[in-house]
Amino acid sequence: MSDAALRLTDVACLRGGRMLFRGVSLTLGPGESALLTGPNGVGKSSLLRLCAGLLPAFAGTVDRRGGIALTDERLALDMDLPLATALAFWAQLDRAGPDAVSAALDAMALTRFADVPVRMLSTGQRKRAMLARVIASHAPIWLLDEPGNGLDSASTDLLGAAVATHLASGGIVVAASHQPLPMTTPLTLALADYLPDAMEDSP
Amino acid sequence: MRLLWLLARRDLAQAWASGGLWLPVAFLLLVASLYPFAVGPDAALLARTGGGMLWIAALLASLLPVDRLIAPDRDAGILDQIALRGIGEEMVVLARLIAHWLGFGPALMIATLPAAALLKLDGGTIWMLELGLLVGTPALAALGLLVATLTAGLRSSGALAGLLALPLAVPLLIFGAGTLGDGSGAALKFLAAASLLLVALTPFAGGAAIRAGRE
Repeated sequence: MSDAALRLTDVACLRGGRMLFRGVSLTLGPGESALLTGPNGVGKSSLLRLCAGLLPAFAGTVDRRGGIALTDERLALDMDLPLATALAFWAQLDRAGPDAVSAALDAMALTRFADVPVRMLSTGQRKRAMLARVIASHAPIWLLDEPGNGLDSASTDLLGAAVATHLASGGIVVAASHQPLPMTTPLTLALADYLPDAMEDSP
Repeated sequence: MRLLWLLARRDLAQAWASGGLWLPVAFLLLVASLYPFAVGPDAALLARTGGGMLWIAALLASLLPVDRLIAPDRDAGILDQIALRGIGEEMVVLARLIAHWLGFGPALMIATLPAAALLKLDGGTIWMLELGLLVGTPALAALGLLVATLTAGLRSSGALAGLLALPLAVPLLIFGAGTLGDGSGAALKFLAAASLLLVALTPFAGGAAIRAGRE
């Protein structure tokens, strides 16, 4: 995963007829990370979906090299299946093999819950299950939307360790977070600085 | 091919787990047993109209699982996660079409046998009915899936799906029920043509609908 790259050039995002931000540029190479900050509704999640290619950029370009793993507020695991089986579906799509799932469960301290149906997991455990899905994907580019929400301090440490391991192995992390994440010298992108000018916005 | 198999296997397992496979069967049998109560126990009348009535029941039964086909996976973020892996929405819809048909097509054809007995249909009619359903159920599956992709994310999508699908199903119903009284086989050919068209169109139209509905 050493040739992963994520490059945003002069990106603008229009949602529901409203310009959220514009002129956002960002270049990340292997081992680099970025932290998105800003008040609620400023467009952090939209920028992550834009990076993932799930949302078209209104202007500018998004270039990706390498696979993408995304966590957002949605679990994307089959609720009735045991946790390990639900994760294995994604691992199979990623051609990652069953070892990837057990390693990811281990990294998020979820091994005990491998046989528990996903719907029985608590909020924090679901959040960790989501992160396990990201780890198991072996994708070089991680897009994490509020990854620390609902995690206790022990789990936050696990998250930090996972992010550090990923960066050390040449991965890329873009996170929108209110909690500090142990990313070494992340590029901080304060999205509030990219609001469109109110003068131009008015009709 | 491996991808298609993985996706279709999950879709089928989901349909099985949610118990949706029995719903169309139970619906068809219930309609078939209610129909004689409504029109009276005149065997000749039942035999003459029963085949067409079963086609209507099959059409409505195919609409029962429509709200479970796309919307839950869309809301759970599963469709987005599949897209992240570079898998086209067309592939997702194709896999789901296969799983959806496997889920209700054969079951509906088997349920037609006791239903036909309830309506005193003769052997030739049952044979044509089964042949017509074999050709027509893929089209019914495709139509249900297509409206499911179009209405996913809308409020009261179930009712809307019915309103959208029923007018589009008119050709299927005409040709499907037409096979019963038609000795030339022309209706069956038209049914097959309509079925091919819908099955070929649905992955592309459904894929585009999922992409357009992404927020």
